[in-house]
Amino acid sequence: MAVKRRPRSTGSSGLGLGVAMFLPAVLYVLLLVAVPFGMAFFYAFSDARIGSGGEHFVGFENFSSVLENPTFRKALGNSFIFTISSQILVLIGSTALALALKDKFRGRGFVRFVILLPWVAPISLGAIGWKWILDSIYSVINWVLIALHIVKPFDKPMWLGQPVLAMISVIVVHTWRLMPFSTVILLAGLTAVPRDIPEAAAVDGAGFWRTLFEITLPMLRPILNVAMLFGIIFTFTDMIVVYVLTAGGPYDSTQVLPSLAFFTGIQGSDLAAGAAISLFLVPLLVVVAVLMLRMAHRAEVT
Amino acid sequence: MAIVETRAVTKVFKAGTLGAVNDVDLVTEEGEFLVFLGPSGSGKTTLLRMIAGLEVPTSGEILIGGDVVNDLSPRERRIAMVFQSYALYPHLTVYKNIAFPLRAQGVPKDQHKKKVEWAAGLLSIGHLLERKPRELSGGERQRVAVARAIVREPSVFLLDEPLSNLDAKLRASARAELEQFHRRVGTTTIYVTHDQVEAMAMGDRVVVLHKGVVRQIGTPKQVYDDPADTFVATFLGSPPMNLLENGEVIVGFRPEHLVPAALAPSAPIKLTMKIHNVEYLGSEWIIYGRAEAGPTPDKIIISRLPNADLSIGGTHEFAVAEPHLRFFDKTSEKRTTARALSWP
Amino acid sequence: MARRRGRDRARLARVGRWFVILSCMTFLGFPFYWMLITIFKQNADLYETENNPFIFNAAPTLENLRQLFYDTGFVRWLGNTALVGVLVVAITLILALPAAYSLARLTGRWGERLGILLFLTYLVPPTLLFIPLSRVVAILGFQDSIWSLVIVYPSFTIPFSIWLLMGFFKSIPRELEDAAMVDGLTRFGAFIKLVVPMSTSGILTVVIFTFTLVTQEFVYALTFISPESHQMLGVGVPTFLILGDVYFWGSLMGGCLIASVPIALVYNLFLDRFIAGFTVGAVK
Repeated sequence: MAVKRRPRSTGSSGLGLGVAMFLPAVLYVLLLVAVPFGMAFFYAFSDARIGSGGEHFVGFENFSSVLENPTFRKALGNSFIFTISSQILVLIGSTALALALKDKFRGRGFVRFVILLPWVAPISLGAIGWKWILDSIYSVINWVLIALHIVKPFDKPMWLGQPVLAMISVIVVHTWRLMPFSTVILLAGLTAVPRDIPEAAAVDGAGFWRTLFEITLPMLRPILNVAMLFGIIFTFTDMIVVYVLTAGGPYDSTQVLPSLAFFTGIQGSDLAAGAAISLFLVPLLVVVAVLMLRMAHRAEVT
Repeated sequence: MAIVETRAVTKVFKAGTLGAVNDVDLVTEEGEFLVFLGPSGSGKTTLLRMIAGLEVPTSGEILIGGDVVNDLSPRERRIAMVFQSYALYPHLTVYKNIAFPLRAQGVPKDQHKKKVEWAAGLLSIGHLLERKPRELSGGERQRVAVARAIVREPSVFLLDEPLSNLDAKLRASARAELEQFHRRVGTTTIYVTHDQVEAMAMGDRVVVLHKGVVRQIGTPKQVYDDPADTFVATFLGSPPMNLLENGEVIVGFRPEHLVPAALAPSAPIKLTMKIHNVEYLGSEWIIYGRAEAGPTPDKIIISRLPNADLSIGGTHEFAVAEPHLRFFDKTSEKRTTARALSWP
Repeated sequence: MARRRGRDRARLARVGRWFVILSCMTFLGFPFYWMLITIFKQNADLYETENNPFIFNAAPTLENLRQLFYDTGFVRWLGNTALVGVLVVAITLILALPAAYSLARLTGRWGERLGILLFLTYLVPPTLLFIPLSRVVAILGFQDSIWSLVIVYPSFTIPFSIWLLMGFFKSIPRELEDAAMVDGLTRFGAFIKLVVPMSTSGILTVVIFTFTLVTQEFVYALTFISPESHQMLGVGVPTFLILGDVYFWGSLMGGCLIASVPIALVYNLFLDRFIAGFTVGAVK
């Protein structure tokens, strides 16, 4: 019987193999993310347009003209309003739902299936569904409101046609889409809370609300943070809901940064302005990235 | 201080199966340290949780201080509990952990500090008040859990295997501390464990449970010297009591009562044993052998002696004094009167 | 008295719980229920404002579905999406599997850091990169072709998959690979012959989620591809089932539901793994 060879992939050759194994993936991703990222800066400082020839450096011209544009300022404000509002609603809703779903009951699988649908369905398709529900003439919501005599037939709310109502509609659709994701993550966190902690709180004399706010939710804080940070990113950088639901209307009152970047840069062929607008997403992304890194580091240390 | 009483308490988790707890009747005495002892699955923890209000009995009544408490929540029962995992709130400091029951019960805030420091002082953890649970050792966490329980000055203390998560050495000292603690504070205490050494050392009385049924309630001496059935006889004492079949009865005697014939007092029952294995434990020897002649030649019989230099394979005469024999009915396994034996 | 209090409290809790569950289910599920009803309604019924929309005032019909499948590019879009999905899954697996293994096993502390960095790239949104990428795609000649998507999609499916797989590989005990190497396999051989076969459920999870990421993507598909016949499901349905101002709601809803439900069914099966990836990765 031949002598067995010592394993040779230890130490430095293991490292070499490791690099070889991850290099293709890392290069691929960096190429398709870092390079366009840099290009976005390049375009923002140039006067590039689709179809035209050269690109010249124009300094901060794009940024200043963009900032002066009232539509941009509306879009910037909307991005924050929509994100913060929907996140708050999602937080409350998904906490309540996660608590309700915590214990097993018959039919929980089916409930989970229904609850997940908004998250799993492609965003554009869910949004189109809502567009039909909120349609100016045929909205089922309006039909119900009229049937209940809450609203008069000629006084129907134009859910997508009036600026304030349209903003509310966008917020509602964002909330609708994100709640499943948040709920499911919170559920995972809840099941990680050891059973005897709420029992100890009950023995100690805490009622339902005190246990919830002083014990359970603080223990869920790391998970809540994860759900919220992802939710913020998904909402702030999303153009689909606005594009499908309102196309930014009525009269640009529901524009957000990403949708405005699209309309300006692609439909309007003004690459430079579009790039400049989309770059305003970066500060928020940086903040979120820093927060996430800090959380990961803290988890490593404890 | 209160008396805990259960009347015919039963808990069935799955309809049609045997209950986790079946028809348990017991009454504590004021200020006593009562131990629920049994192997895992015996129902001891379920019983404790029903007394705490964390499980609802399927039938039967639970009384604390003379009042039926079946429908009261844990908070309304004025009990305190120490969980096996201690269940310390990980995001709160030790101080806030101990103060939490005071907050929850609406004790005015200016009294918190005094009470927390009193409880911490009793457990000698005053220097740990600003730490978080994850910074504490197992023994320290256990003391925090006890402090949190005592700070409310409850009428009943419930402890669910609080020492089982500590390593062996720490367990002994923690056990002594708990005994001392109980002497000082004097609250009626119910203590759940599977460790019969703990039960014997700490308990004023022991409730021995098996498969949800109470087998015996008695002082440590009673359950050890006068076991009510074969389960109690073999569960208490390590190595366990020797049980030999003899006609309609089972005869039992403890290893420490099986001595070399030469050392036996008068009227002994003799046994010739062939030595099968010998273990030297430092403070004593454990001898394993088989009876040459007699009732069950294949069964291993155990003896323990302070010193014995017997070699494996040798044959020696052993004896047990008659007063040390215990008799159990073969079918019911319950204790019965003495009989004559079929072998000399 | 105390008896009643205890029971009342439990009942109130139960009612509250069901209220939350039912109202959330209604809010979250209603649009899909509505899609279902709309599909089978005749246009005459659908577009009559006086009619109760909750019942079938005219007989249910399959006309909308027929239109969807025969008169639109729906089937074509389904095919495009499936093709892109399969190709992207393949590329992702080929690149992500070794990378995840390497970062989980072979590169120590700074390998973990690199893993986190890679995950952060997932947070760089398409709405930031789509303008430059549209130029890149045009320059490379992939404009209007599904190949543009096949090339670009792995840029976000790979980081996500590496993240999922890293957690998975870490849960495999090191001793198994050590034993294999003592038995004569090289490190890479141990990876191929031992770790990969053991990770079939992890790989399956990556396949499912990569596929769903592909089907859900919108921005790049909208930007890179114009002609209807080359478009993907997520963009085709909201865009081309509308002619000018006229929305073919019946067929639209059909497209939405058919595209959503199968994915949802499969997603549900692998949900727990997905959660583990998100929470274990970010919080440990």
